This record gives sequence, structure tokens and C-alpha cells, in this order.
Amino acid sequence: MSDQITITIDGRQINVMPGLKLLWAALDNGIYIPHLCAIREEIRPNASCRLCFVEIEGSKHPVTSCTKTVEENMVVKTRSPRIDRLVKTAFELIISDHNLKCNECPANKNCVLQTIAKERGLRLKQKRFKSIVREFELDDSPEVFAFDRSRCVLCGQCIWADRVEAKVGAIGFTNRGIKRMVTTFKDLPLADSICTQCTLCVDACPVGALYYKKDRKEAGS
Amino acid sequence: MSNLTPLVSYEKLRSEAVLATNADAEKTRVLVGTATCGVAAGALQVKEDFIREIGAKGLDAEVIEVGCMGHCYAEPLAVIAKPGFPPICYGHLDNGLVHRLVEDFLAGDDPCYEYAMAALEPNDVFPTFAEFPRGVYEQKLILEQCGFIDARNIDSYLARDGYSALAQALEGEPQQVLAEIKQANLRGRGGAGFPAGLKWEACIKSGGEQIYVICNADEGDPGAFMDRSILESDPHLVLEGMILCAYAVGSGKGFLYIRAEYPRAVTHVQEAIDQARAKGLLGTKILGSDFSFDLEIFQGSGAFVCGEATALVNSMEGKMGMPESRPPRLAQKGYRGRPTVLNNVKTFAYVPLIIKNGADWFKAIGTPDSPGTAVFSLVGKVVNTGLVEVPMGTTLRQLIFDVGDGLPNGREFKAVQIGGPSGGCLPETALDVPIDFDSLQEAGAIMGSGGLVVMAQDDCMVAVARYFLEFTQHESCGKCTFCRLGTKQMLDILTDITQGKGDDQTLALLEELSEDVRDGSLCNLGRTAPNPVLTTLKYFRDEYEAHIKEGRCPALVCHDLILYYILPRKCSKLCNVCVGSCPTEAIFTREDGLKEINQEKCVKCDNCLKACPPEYTAVVKLSPPILPPEKERKN
Repeated sequence: MSDQITITIDGRQINVMPGLKLLWAALDNGIYIPHLCAIREEIRPNASCRLCFVEIEGSKHPVTSCTKTVEENMVVKTRSPRIDRLVKTAFELIISDHNLKCNECPANKNCVLQTIAKERGLRLKQKRFKSIVREFELDDSPEVFAFDRSRCVLCGQCIWADRVEAKVGAIGFTNRGIKRMVTTFKDLPLADSICTQCTLCVDACPVGALYYKKDRKEAGS
Repeated sequence: MSNLTPLVSYEKLRSEAVLATNADAEKTRVLVGTATCGVAAGALQVKEDFIREIGAKGLDAEVIEVGCMGHCYAEPLAVIAKPGFPPICYGHLDNGLVHRLVEDFLAGDDPCYEYAMAALEPNDVFPTFAEFPRGVYEQKLILEQCGFIDARNIDSYLARDGYSALAQALEGEPQQVLAEIKQANLRGRGGAGFPAGLKWEACIKSGGEQIYVICNADEGDPGAFMDRSILESDPHLVLEGMILCAYAVGSGKGFLYIRAEYPRAVTHVQEAIDQARAKGLLGTKILGSDFSFDLEIFQGSGAFVCGEATALVNSMEGKMGMPESRPPRLAQKGYRGRPTVLNNVKTFAYVPLIIKNGADWFKAIGTPDSPGTAVFSLVGKVVNTGLVEVPMGTTLRQLIFDVGDGLPNGREFKAVQIGGPSGGCLPETALDVPIDFDSLQEAGAIMGSGGLVVMAQDDCMVAVARYFLEFTQHESCGKCTFCRLGTKQMLDILTDITQGKGDDQTLALLEELSEDVRDGSLCNLGRTAPNPVLTTLKYFRDEYEAHIKEGRCPALVCHDLILYYILPRKCSKLCNVCVGSCPTEAIFTREDGLKEINQEKCVKCDNCLKACPPEYTAVVKLSPPILPPEKERKN
């Protein structure tokens, strides 16, 4: 264990392996930092959800913990007025583009957005921003699962599962800006694409955009 | 060739070029500015007119295409160099003027001074550009040859000592080039102002056998055209800078990332590369030395975000043009995972001049922390629009009122938008800020890549902020939360304000969100996108408040907050111009003969206001959009 280094997060000293990204160092030690897009195995993190900001002593600006490699004697704060404000705004922006009918969602009570809200005392029904949820056609072509893009937060977990774990490559991001979405080649329904319906992407989805049909809930139930 | 030293090889090339270009020195030359700006103004037709007229008269004169001299307001332009006269520049050319010039000046001996803009060389008869008011402030380094040399003929560049810096450098060690650039404190002209020498050094430190040199010519700011002009007008200057950089860092391969919307720049640069290769200035064993380096053009597909370093590299590698988190920086891990130098067109253009004239010469120009010059495309409500190059430290006031000659038609200055869509809007009170990387940043703007838009009292700052945000929002790649959703929410809020919607919380929310997008975005597109909003909120907050609280657009711009009205006391009754100008037939003649606008039908196109004859000026815009009471309307 001598090759481990010591860092301090929120006043707690912890020993971690050098080279590890700060986010995983914290999570492994039971310190929660909100995150959606982070993938432990990814060499160059996506850093796109902008939820995992922390303050590091000596750094002028908040940094995303998923991109920051741990350093000996690093002193980290996961909460501060500045961090809380950034995380709140990022979270509410994501919520403004997320179909919030939780009671109809198979991921209800098992949703990362709900976890973040609970951990950080944030409200799912945010009032600051207009809802800009887009309308999509539900893709329920696969046999056992379906894809509801109005719930998708573009974290990319499903794409990683599809490409790296399943080695299929049926889905990816298309379009730019506000139109960015996860889809298949030529926007075909999943069943008509090269998707093997291995369901690894469904297991990876943190918000119930990809879900098992058997878990589907009827409105209000 | 291999036995010769670089300097001897070069001298041979140069003397050949001098011979080739001076062989007919006694011949009259007509240099027509045909950069994209000139072409858009009709320069190709002017060129044809010259050729036809000269042919018809059977004169012995050569018509040559050159690049852009930076006097956009007077395009199309041509310089006539006739032996016995100083070379003289003529602007606003059309076929009548061309006919006259050929007949009177080329065939006769009357230089038609009444049509001349300036002479290019000091003389006793006619003033030069240097004697223009703007000449006092301008100092042309990288634009010096633009518009005066034939961009499509390498001999034209060689004959003026082009590539001499390269020959000189190849005689010495690569470290000397690096040392000179570091010593000169050349700061990157792409916008951020990072010292080029340090960037190059970081690349060398990353080491490895393959280092790439890339020139960022993905100029995407609306209203900016400096890089395009340089590439079209003096491509070899940029190539020479890149070759020198490659020599310094030990690179064998480089690329110019040019946006495909710049077809002329692409053509000129490709020709320049081919010609340089043919002369042994590119390729293996350059000028007989042991140094080999080659260049290739990569055409970008016109995404604004691809001007961002990591997005640019991703797009070159065939991936989506999206930024990555940094570090690693390109100097460590760039194109194809190799250390990569990425600099702007202008940055490379300075390099040959610094190597030729020395770091001390460069540092004597500009300010201690930002040496050298700044190149701006001066546009908007300013008399002398165009490409200008001034020493760093020149104030915005000098740039707008002395170089640009102020605002046209007696308009009153309101703001200057500097640094493109990611820059800021500065008010009158900030006009004495010196132009350099650090002072501008302090004032809330950025140097950016050099777009400078002047705005007058009739520009609405809310609409301006909305316009720029619409651009950045549209160009957002959509990867990160703050930029994808934050700019969209900001745009929606701004759109609401231009429609008079909002409450006392709106501005606070807009400001808060802008700051969070600035602090939280992944790349500099998102981080700088709020600048126009934050600066207008800071300097023009009363305008925002007028929109929200009074439903009034003080500049009478925002469509939802104005209406068009014909003043009864001014309307002539006998004239029907406004009626005819209206595309929606909203204007009708009342029983009493006065004209009136049917507000239901009016689309606020501004035609009637423009059409109403100056002796009446009866059409006015009112804001808030409330019609005067009927009694008043009858007067």
C-alpha cells in the first residue's frame, strides 16, 4: 500500500492509487459527487454533463473531478457556494430538457437524477428555466426494451456499452447543439439497425430513457 | 543543388525571380484587387474591362490580379503603375471609369487625379496612403504586401526577399528560431494570446519522432476576414512562417485547416504550396539543407466550433468536430496523438518578419506585454470599413475615429463589439482602453481573432446581444450541458426581452445563467459565449430595463415593441410613395387624403419610412407600440 497517495476530500484524509481520477477516488470512499457521463474505464473523459465540479485548493476555478487526476496532498472540497451554484444550474438545465413525468417512468425511485436531487437538496420541478423537452417518437421496436428519447440526458453511457462492452456500434450521437441525440445509423428503429438487442445499453441508462418493457408503467399508476 | 548552402540556393531563386518579375519593368501594369471582397464588389468585371479596353487600344500593358489592400469601402480597386508616374490607386471602379483611365492615363498621360485615391510611393504630385489620417496610426507588418504582390506567383514574393528568413534560419540551428520567437514574445493571434514560443517549446519537450504543425484558418466569426485576406493576398508569408516553425520544432508534416467557404484562399494556398515545392522551398531537403517538411490543405466544413483546437483536431481525424477536455493539450497529444503546434494564420505570418528583423525590432512595436501589431476587420457603422493593422496599444477611439474616420451620416457612437461573437460590447466610456490582450480582457471583451463591429445609437443592444447569442447557440456542438442547454435558455430569455416579456427577476436570472455558462462550459466557445450578454448587461442595463418595464425599445429596433405611424401634420396628402412601397398593402388613403397604416397588416419592413421623401419625413417609429389618441392623429 506504500505506493498510494494521500488526498483530503471535505476534511477527510483518504489513500488512493495514483493516476486515478478524483471523481472515482471520492466515490470509492463513499463521498458522493453528482455525475452522469463519467465512465471509469474511459481514458479521456467526456466531461460533458458538467455536474461533478469540485474546488481544489490552489486552483482558481472549479474543476470537473472526472478529468482531474489525484495528486499527493491534494485538498478538495465537494461543496461550496460556488460549486453548489454551478451544480444547481447544470442540474436544472438538464431537467429543463428532461421529460419529468416520473410517475410514468420505469426508472422512478431508481433514477440518477432523483439521487442527485436528493443528495444535493435540489428540486426536480425547477422553476428557473422553461421546459424545452423535445417530442420524439417512442422506439419500442426491440423485443424486450424501448427507447424514449424525451428522457435522454445525453450522458453517453449507452453508447459506451454498445461500442466498448457489446462491441456492436449500433448507436451513436448525431446532430449538433440543441438537436444532439442518440440514434442509429439513418435513424432506423433499433430493431431494423445492427443492434443485437443485447440490452447492455438498457442496463447502462441512468434515467429510464432505455427501459425494459416489462417495467413500463401506465400513467398515474 | 545539394552541394549549395541554403543561402546560396536561395540567392539563386531570388535573382531568377527578380529577373522574371522585372523583365518587363518598362511595361505598364494594372493591379486589380481580386480577393473575395474585391470580387464581391465586381473586381472580376473590372479586370475584364481593363483587358478589353487595353486590347481595343492595342496598348502594351499587363493586367495582374492582386489581393486585398484593406480599403474595403472603396472596392473594386486597382493600382496603375505606369513608368514615369508613381503607382496610383483608384477606387470605386466601374466600366465607365475603367474606360476613362485607359483612354486618358494608359493611352494618354493624364493620371485622372480627380479619381485617384492615393499614390503608393512618396512623390511630389499626389498624397500616399501613409498621408491619409489612418496612415498616421496604421503600421503594416503582416499586411504590408497584401494587395501589392501577385499572390498567385511565387516570384512576386521571392523578388521582395520572400523566403529569405527561411534561408537565413536554415544556415543556423533550429533552437535559434525558437529562441528568437520566444525572445520576441510573439503572442498567439487566434484570440487568447498564448505565447507562441512557449507553445512550440512544449511541443519539443513532448518529443517523439513526429510533431505536426497546423495553421488554424477556420476563421468563423461573423464579420471577420483578416485570415482570409492574408491567405488570399500573401499566402507565401504564412507558408514561410509555418516552415520556420516546423524547422524550430523539428516537424516533417504540416496542415492548413482552411474552411471550405474560402474557396479563393484554398486555391491560392494550394498554388502557393505547389510553387514552393517546385522551387525546393517545401518537400525534402529544403533549399539543399537536411531539413524536410511538407504541407497539405485540410478543408474544414464550416463549423464555428472547429476553430477550437481540440475540435479542429477531431474533425481532421474524421471524428465529429467536438472539443475535448484539456489537458492533455495539443502540445502533448494532438493530431493522431502526436505533439502538435496549432497557431493562427496571423501568428505564423509574423514569424518570417521576426526572424528577418530580429526580436528587438518586433518588441519595439506595440506594448511591452503585447508586442507587435493587431489586425482588425473594421466593420459596422464606420466610414472606412476595411482591414486595418495598428500597433498594439492603439486605443479603440483612435481605431474607430481616426483610422475608421468615425461613424457615417452623423450617427452617434453607441458601442463597439470586439472579438467576434465571443467578445464583448464596450461603451463610449471604454473607448480609451488600449488595444492589447490584457487590457481588453479587463474591460470585459477579448481580442478574439480580430473582428470589430461599430454600433450607433440606432442599434439596440438587447437585439445585438441576442444576435450574437443566436449565432453561438446555433454553433454550439451540443456536447456539454452548459453550452447546449445554457445558451438555448439564454437565447430564449433574450428573445422574450426583445418582445417586452419578463419581470424583475428576468435580468438577474439572465446574468446568473450567463456567469454559470461562462464558468461551467467545457470549451472556450461556451465559456466566451455569454460575453456579449454580460457586457451589455453591465454597460447598457437601462436598455434591457426599458424593454421589460416599459415595453419600449429605445433604439426602435425590436419589432414587437415598435409600430410605424404616419404623422398627420407632416403627411403631404398628395404624394403616394409610401402606399406604393408597402409590400403588404397596409397603407391606405383616408377620406381626408392623409395616409394611414393598417397596423394589422403592417409587417414593419421599414420600406415606407425609407420611401417617404425627405421633405416630409412623415413616417416615424413609435415605441412602446401605442398609437397616439385619435384627436392628436387628426392634427
